[in-house]
Amino acid sequence: MYQILSKAKLADKIFEMVVRAPRVAHKCLPGQFIIAKIDETGERIPLTICDYDREEGTITIVFQTVGASTERMSFLEAGEAFEDFIGPLGRPSVLCLEENLDKTREKKIVFICGGVGTAPIYPQVKWLKEHGIPATVIMGSRNKDLLFYVDNMKEVAEHLYVCTDDGSYGFHGMGTNQLQALWDQGDRFDHCVAIGPMIMMKFVCKLTAELGIHTEVSMNPIMVDGTGMCGACRILVGDEVKFACVDGPEFDGHKVDWDAAMVRQQQYKTAEGRAMLALKEGKTHHGGCGNCGGDR
Amino acid sequence: MAQDMMVRVPIAEQEPAVRAKNFEEVCLGYTEEEAILEANRCLNCKNPRCVAGCPVSINIPAFIQEIKAGDAAAAYRTISLSSALPAVCGRVCPQETQCEGVCVRGIKGQPVAIGKLERYAADTAAARGIMPENHSKPNGHKVAVIGAGPAGLTCAGDLAKMGYDVTIFEALHRAGGVLVYGIPEFRLPKDKVVRHEVENVKALGVKIEENVVIGRSVTIDELMEEEGFEAIFIGSGAGLPRFMGIPGEQANGVFSANEFLTRNNLMKAYDDDYDTPISRGKKVVVVGGGNVAMDAARTALRLGAEVHVVYRRSEEELPARAEEVHHAKEEGIIFDLLQNPTEILVDEKGWVKGCRIIKMELGEPDESGRRRPVEIPGSEYEISCDTVIMSLGTSPNPLISHTTKGLETNRRGCIVTEGEFGATTKEAVYAGGDAVTGAATVILAMGAGKEAAKGIDQYFKNK
Ligand SMILES: Cc1cc2nc3c(=O)[nH]c(=O)nc-3n(C[C@H](O)[C@H](O)[C@H](O)COP(=O)(O)OP(=O)(O)OC[C@H]3O[C@@H](n4cnc5c(N)ncnc54)[C@H](O)[C@@H]3O)c2cc1C
Ligand SMILES: Cc1cc2nc3c(=O)[nH]c(=O)nc-3n(C[C@H](O)[C@H](O)[C@H](O)COP(=O)(O)OP(=O)(O)OC[C@H]3O[C@@H](n4cnc5c(N)ncnc54)[C@H](O)[C@@H]3O)c2cc1C
Ligand code: SF4
Ligand code: SF4
Ligand code: FES
Repeated sequence: MYQILSKAKLADKIFEMVVRAPRVAHKCLPGQFIIAKIDETGERIPLTICDYDREEGTITIVFQTVGASTERMSFLEAGEAFEDFIGPLGRPSVLCLEENLDKTREKKIVFICGGVGTAPIYPQVKWLKEHGIPATVIMGSRNKDLLFYVDNMKEVAEHLYVCTDDGSYGFHGMGTNQLQALWDQGDRFDHCVAIGPMIMMKFVCKLTAELGIHTEVSMNPIMVDGTGMCGACRILVGDEVKFACVDGPEFDGHKVDWDAAMVRQQQYKTAEGRAMLALKEGKTHHGGCGNCGGDR
Repeated sequence: MAQDMMVRVPIAEQEPAVRAKNFEEVCLGYTEEEAILEANRCLNCKNPRCVAGCPVSINIPAFIQEIKAGDAAAAYRTISLSSALPAVCGRVCPQETQCEGVCVRGIKGQPVAIGKLERYAADTAAARGIMPENHSKPNGHKVAVIGAGPAGLTCAGDLAKMGYDVTIFEALHRAGGVLVYGIPEFRLPKDKVVRHEVENVKALGVKIEENVVIGRSVTIDELMEEEGFEAIFIGSGAGLPRFMGIPGEQANGVFSANEFLTRNNLMKAYDDDYDTPISRGKKVVVVGGGNVAMDAARTALRLGAEVHVVYRRSEEELPARAEEVHHAKEEGIIFDLLQNPTEILVDEKGWVKGCRIIKMELGEPDESGRRRPVEIPGSEYEISCDTVIMSLGTSPNPLISHTTKGLETNRRGCIVTEGEFGATTKEAVYAGGDAVTGAATVILAMGAGKEAAKGIDQYFKNK
């Protein structure tokens, strides 16, 4: 059993949990994910690692309730436990590998996070800071109330730009607008990491392709085992079939076939779930994550 | 009425029309009386050909004589000397090409139902709570086994019986390998049979740590350098699914058999109490003709679909066990033989709406000795369907070989071993089962696990 040591509600529908999982904490690096299963009847739910403490043997996860399983997970309290907690899975972010340090030091890095994607960006920025590498972070949200991790991020980012769609906090506009604004004032980047809803990552990639910034995105297709055994997570990257759980989850965003990926993610939505998603994605299209510019 | 020694004692099965709608076991097994009658048919041959046909050389005539004498427990002990998973093998071995295929009874009549008798002995022992025993003294050496499939479980059990301190590391949340995620409940009950056999291995002193993905959670080198394991056995199977590479394969409604079966078996999607969803198709095309294809087809049927098995060779070449093909037909699976899909047709929303299929004929034999299927030009046609399940075989997952220094694999990604004991190119590391041979059978994987246990023991003795 993997005990939940603490639980916090960060924003509407967004929860943070610290879970005891020594093996995962011992080995993991930013960019990797875990699979959690609540109990015997639960699903295997993939979630990105948002922080880790090697000494304490703990992993921090942040999740948004979107359907039945994440909803059920949100009812778990500190003191209770996950029956299964598997990881770390996937490959670490290319930026956060000791063997790439020299190359990484030469890069001008910008992170763009949308919605719940803020959480998995945090450990990457933190790792870079610990290795003396500065990074710019653009954090987007629909409004002030949905923002979280602002203080955490301030501590580790060289420059932090927060933007809200409605202007209730920080820059009035979306992350893509913010990036464009920085670019226009002469800031230059050559490596971007974007994590958030698929639609948001797609729009970030559209802009960074125009600006010529290499962009890594973290793909979150449907998964079952997370070890390369089922093929549920297959996505098209530059015409090649890749299994996101073992080849990813981070890929060159300019090569990802977004339309195919978005269609595949719909598979298990029930009629009800699909309606909910349409609703949500509808909002996303109006800048729900604060970054995608999907309404333009 | 006198017993007809030429034919088998019939075994009770669920009626096809009934079982096509449930996930209960198809074959109900022999009663004691039936088992004894069937055991009567064994000639207790002096040179038993059946034993030579069994990859782990179970003393078949001996255990059958014990059943005949009414001592199922003794029969179980006899089998246990050679096999760690008798309740499994009795159910899933391709007996017709192994033990039963060479039984002398089969020359004039039907071979003795060796598999069914093996199952009877194991089930009876389980029902009476008889467990294997371990009387060995701990020798203090730590061995790690990777993967809790038939190869890993067997190797671990044998090593424990020799006194080794064995820990199995399993990537999934449940031990059993293909026995839990691949082979369906209606052929191999998970709680009654697989879990019980896993408990038996634990009873020998083997520790099982689930949720550990070797190559990610920890590497083989770390197990040896940091966790004090002195030798390793790799039984990680061949779980990487293959796709055809035809247009439309990315569409929603196209699954690998592994995904479809894992959702249903490991995650129990067929049971409403479990959260994992599965696509219940109305009309399903399963591509392939092996055991995996039969299992996927019969699972889809039980979930309510009309099912077509599309296979590019003819009935004779179907690689599945004869019993499974027979059961599948009885249940109403439609076989479209000598045919092959060339494209999956996709609707405007990205979902499968059909398949384009070409007819084949058999040409010259290929390197496998089977006649090669060749396309008949102009024979393409379309069939409508909402689900396609690709069951084209699997290969070993590269996760371990990519993260282990000095472990060689061949062109097909299989771990290279030398000699009969499964020694790899890396010192103190052994391997066996599907990870070495590519997808094969339960009993061959067990045999490899057994040999590797001997090899590892030798390694320590020579050290
Ligand atoms: C590598 C990876 C990392 C992720 N990291 C995070 C994270 O840090 N925080 C977070 O909030 N979410 C994350 N997700 C998404 C999260 O796993 C899904 O939101 C969750 O599985 C949805 O389950 P549900 O039953 O609540 O939703 P429902 O909408 O009811 O899902 C229905 C079914 O669809 C499947 N499904 C739907 N969407 C996804 C999805 N995106 N990924 C996998 N399966 C899906 C589930 O298997 C489920 O059975 C990540 C996904 C992946 C693949
Ligand atoms: C659907 C299906 C039906 C079949 N039907 C039959 C049949 O009727 N009769 C028959 O004889 N054979 C059948 N087979 C074949 C048979 O099941 C296999 O040959 C046999 O299970 C191989 O055993 P194994 O121990 O080598 O591997 P597996 O059973 O595949 O077990 C390997 C285990 O290793 C684990 N693992 C993999 N990678 C890692 C890692 N990196 N770290 C930790 N653990 C890892 C896996 O999760 C798995 O549990 C069938 C196979 C399938 C898929
Ligand atoms: S293990 Fe398989 S081959 Fe050997 S006797 Fe049993 S059923 Fe036959
Ligand atoms: S070959 Fe057949 S008849 Fe002879 S011992 Fe074996 S099972 Fe009995
Ligand atoms: S989740 Fe099964 S292969 Fe990636």
